[in-house]
Amino acid sequence: MLNQLRPALVLTFALTLITGLGYPLLITGVAQSLMPAEANGSLVRKGSVLIGSQLIGQNFASEEYFWPRPSATGPEPYNAGASSGSNLGTTSDKLQERVRADIEQLRAAGIGGEIPADAGMASGSGLDPHISPEFARVQIARVAKARGLPEADVSALVDRATQGRLFGIIGEPRVNVLELNLALDAPRT
Amino acid sequence: MSVIGWLQISLLFLAVLVVVKPLGLYMAAVLSGERNVLSPILGPVERGLYGAAGIDPAREQGWLAYTLSMLAFSIAGFALLYAILRFQSWMPLNPQGFGNVPPDLAFNTAVSFVTNTNWQNYGGETTLSHFSQMMGLTVQNFVSAATGISIALAVTRSFARSAVPTIGNFWVDLTRSTLYVLLPLAVLVAVAFVAMGLPQTFRASVEATTLEGVKQTIALGPVASQEAIKQLGTNGGGFFNVNAAHPFENPTALSNYLNIFAMLSVSAALLYTFGQLVGNRRQGWAFIAVTYAFLIIGVGVVYWAEAQGNPILSQLGLDPALGNMEGKEVRFGQAMTALYATVTTGLSDGGVNGMHGSFTGLGGLVPMFLMQLGEVLPGGVGSGLYGMIVFAILAVFVAGLMVGRTPELLGKKIEAREMKYAMLAVLILPLSILGFTAISAVMPSAVASIGTAGPHGLSEILYAYTSAGGNNGSAFGGLSGNTFWYNTTLGFAMLLGRFAYAVPVLAIAGSIAAKTRASASKGTFPTDTPLFAGLLIGIILILGGLQFLPALALGPIVEHFAMLSGQTF
Repeated sequence: MLNQLRPALVLTFALTLITGLGYPLLITGVAQSLMPAEANGSLVRKGSVLIGSQLIGQNFASEEYFWPRPSATGPEPYNAGASSGSNLGTTSDKLQERVRADIEQLRAAGIGGEIPADAGMASGSGLDPHISPEFARVQIARVAKARGLPEADVSALVDRATQGRLFGIIGEPRVNVLELNLALDAPRT
Repeated sequence: MSVIGWLQISLLFLAVLVVVKPLGLYMAAVLSGERNVLSPILGPVERGLYGAAGIDPAREQGWLAYTLSMLAFSIAGFALLYAILRFQSWMPLNPQGFGNVPPDLAFNTAVSFVTNTNWQNYGGETTLSHFSQMMGLTVQNFVSAATGISIALAVTRSFARSAVPTIGNFWVDLTRSTLYVLLPLAVLVAVAFVAMGLPQTFRASVEATTLEGVKQTIALGPVASQEAIKQLGTNGGGFFNVNAAHPFENPTALSNYLNIFAMLSVSAALLYTFGQLVGNRRQGWAFIAVTYAFLIIGVGVVYWAEAQGNPILSQLGLDPALGNMEGKEVRFGQAMTALYATVTTGLSDGGVNGMHGSFTGLGGLVPMFLMQLGEVLPGGVGSGLYGMIVFAILAVFVAGLMVGRTPELLGKKIEAREMKYAMLAVLILPLSILGFTAISAVMPSAVASIGTAGPHGLSEILYAYTSAGGNNGSAFGGLSGNTFWYNTTLGFAMLLGRFAYAVPVLAIAGSIAAKTRASASKGTFPTDTPLFAGLLIGIILILGGLQFLPALALGPIVEHFAMLSGQTF
């Protein structure tokens, strides 16, 4: 066993330096010099203020913004420092109660009919930046009313913010909530 | 289910098939020590490592020495990682100022990464410093995978050679797997990941002010580099708590594709490497066909089950058109989540892009069952290949019993000794999974950890030990696993799943290598045919899966019917 000791220790140490230090440093160097925007988290600024990240969902609760999906992070929703899903099973009481309460809130906001699934079910990360185009559409009337805008204008913004599948095949149609809300706030010509 | 969903799924499987041959041939060449395109750069590094470690690359080891080297290296890796975690607060690169990891959690995490499981009882962004993630976890992501490749390579050699007492040199296999296979692939994939939006920075977090004026702290870090090797090495341990469901680990549908592609391609290509090295490429394809059969059926069931939605919630007014979205991301939808869940558990990857614990009963049953089949579809890097060979040994033995001949696999006679070791290996998994689950299910303190009562609670416990025993690492996250009981017992389940399996496998390799390789005769049962592939599927199902059915019936299957009848707990 003793003759195994030297290679075990030397290789553990050397491979730690190569794969644990050299490799991440190399990737960081390449990333920071060639793709700094992506490497630093695809951050979004409005003027000089850091608004958030294009990739990370944030919470919107007021009437004049489009709302995101429910988020299961704690202590507050969309805590981007501690990602979490609800991890509740399909037959969970807690899940049923939570969805019931969320649906009541959406009904109170004037959304009738069947509610899109993503509007009532929390994402895995708790940080989903997207909603389905269906969920965006049912919110148009509320946002338009709160902002005093014609529904057609808001609807056009939703259409513009809707991303399709890559090459028409890969991924799902979706709307980035932060981008859509930034477009709402942008001065119109 | 939609046509476009199936199109997305098929494209990924096709893309992997395309690279299986070139990647398999590349690995066969570099792992045999042939000069290759990277030799001018990495050759000196390789020779430097041998020199410093006092390794003579030309000197081969018998199976016992090989096993001892593998164990010594794993113990050294465990000790270093455990120390890094326990002394985290005094290490550099700790911008969040995280404290030392408590002993039981450090034990669990160190075992988890050394055994290539990557079970996460820790929340990445809330527990571990950049130093721990890089110098601790990323390193084991490489070398635990390289250890798996090495063992697989030793087994492969034992079939390729005739009447030789040695099976290779562990240190050489380990070094070559790391330097020529995992490292270059990781660099390519990591750079592609950054281009797709994965962060790669040493900043811990930024503070944003949302449009509604609320402060949002956004955790960052060297994510891309860890994500790349996490998938290539079928490790699965994420930088963040929610793993590849996190938009920074997996921001787009395309990054999701690359995630799945990276984890599946190396393991699948290793099956081809096996065929190449034993001089029978059709054998490699036969194994690949078996794994594809399981994976495609698995994806189909998960996709179908999840696309139905949850009738309990549909009754409250949710439109079931998008399916069961609890725990899933809009950008992936049902098809890409089902594909990820199936591949990550057919492999021993264990990363997730949706929360398996929130899947429907049947949707959650499939990942669990795929792990219980022994992680051979196509399994972890390396470990999947040697697991598949164990099943192939069992299959030729059963075939031999049926026709009354001495069983042979690739010209090597399978005798009592190999059969004993093979049975020892396949019995470890049910013993540790069902044993620990049974104990936990009757211990009040262990039951207190479950997140959803009723049959789902049993599923959470069963899934945890299945994942640990199979060295997978995915979870039904409702279970609060960070307790003394689970940290230690899951740790032992992982150790058994890795080493109590690998040691008999290496013993088989030693015994097979020493046998004379007979050429095929009329009486040989060919093992590269559809008939054998079918037999192998049956053996995997019966020997790998059957013993778990009673437990599955009490967990996910009851949950399925409870869901249909609107029963909640």
